[in-house]
Amino acid sequence: MNLYDIIFYFFAVVTVGSAMVVVFSKKIVYSAFALLFTFFGVAGIYVLLNADFLAITQLLVYVGGILVLILFGVMLTTNTVTIDIKSGTMNLIPATIVIALLAGMLGGIFWTSDWFMSKQFGDIVHTTTTTEIGNALITTHVLPFEIASVVLLVAVVGAAMMARRERNN
Amino acid sequence: MTITLTHFLMISAVLFSLGLFAVITRRNAIMVLMGIELILNSANINFLAFSRYSGMNIEGQMAAIFVIILAAAEAAIALAIVLNIYKRFNTVNVDEISILKD
Repeated sequence: MNLYDIIFYFFAVVTVGSAMVVVFSKKIVYSAFALLFTFFGVAGIYVLLNADFLAITQLLVYVGGILVLILFGVMLTTNTVTIDIKSGTMNLIPATIVIALLAGMLGGIFWTSDWFMSKQFGDIVHTTTTTEIGNALITTHVLPFEIASVVLLVAVVGAAMMARRERNN
Repeated sequence: MTITLTHFLMISAVLFSLGLFAVITRRNAIMVLMGIELILNSANINFLAFSRYSGMNIEGQMAAIFVIILAAAEAAIALAIVLNIYKRFNTVNVDEISILKD
């Protein structure tokens, strides 16, 4: 049990525990704030996977952008802060059965499969990936990069227009 | 016992199941959105785990970047739609918005 394992289990517990709070919490505001810890935990897992740039991007985009958007959505659309879990859920029993089966299947497949592992993965040098990602974005991935920028611009302008439109009737 | 690829895949499986559970069972449209974010995060963990354990290939990280970009666009659009629905119906419960069915 070295330091890497301890940090992994710490972030795993943070991620899974706060994700459970997100899903099973009675109050939607608690869910939104628990989502913060889930995103932090996932960012920590990214760091453990040698994806430092992705971890920072995760913090900036998810915590700084998406979570704030979701909190605004919660505040603008709930007239009461508390929503009872009974009235706030539907299809509880069939969903539990289906999700339990699906989770068991996924876990079984992940556990039993003989995944391809690179031979030299033990002696990977831990360097930053930012340079490689930057190079890839302007050489091999330049078309998806440009398309993603246009998609993001159109989406944000469209969202602003949709959210601001006043209804006449 | 050291951490292998399977451990990361297990976390992603748990996150995916929890997210799908939220999408199916919660009535509030914003909770459905949070479930979708959990599912996207689990997919990203898979991308990065396979990228790391197949010899530090950068392709998985590129895919994860585009997933994050599209998640941001999706959240913005979805919340605009939810705000419009709230203005129109005065509720965001996804099972009550069924005028197309009537």
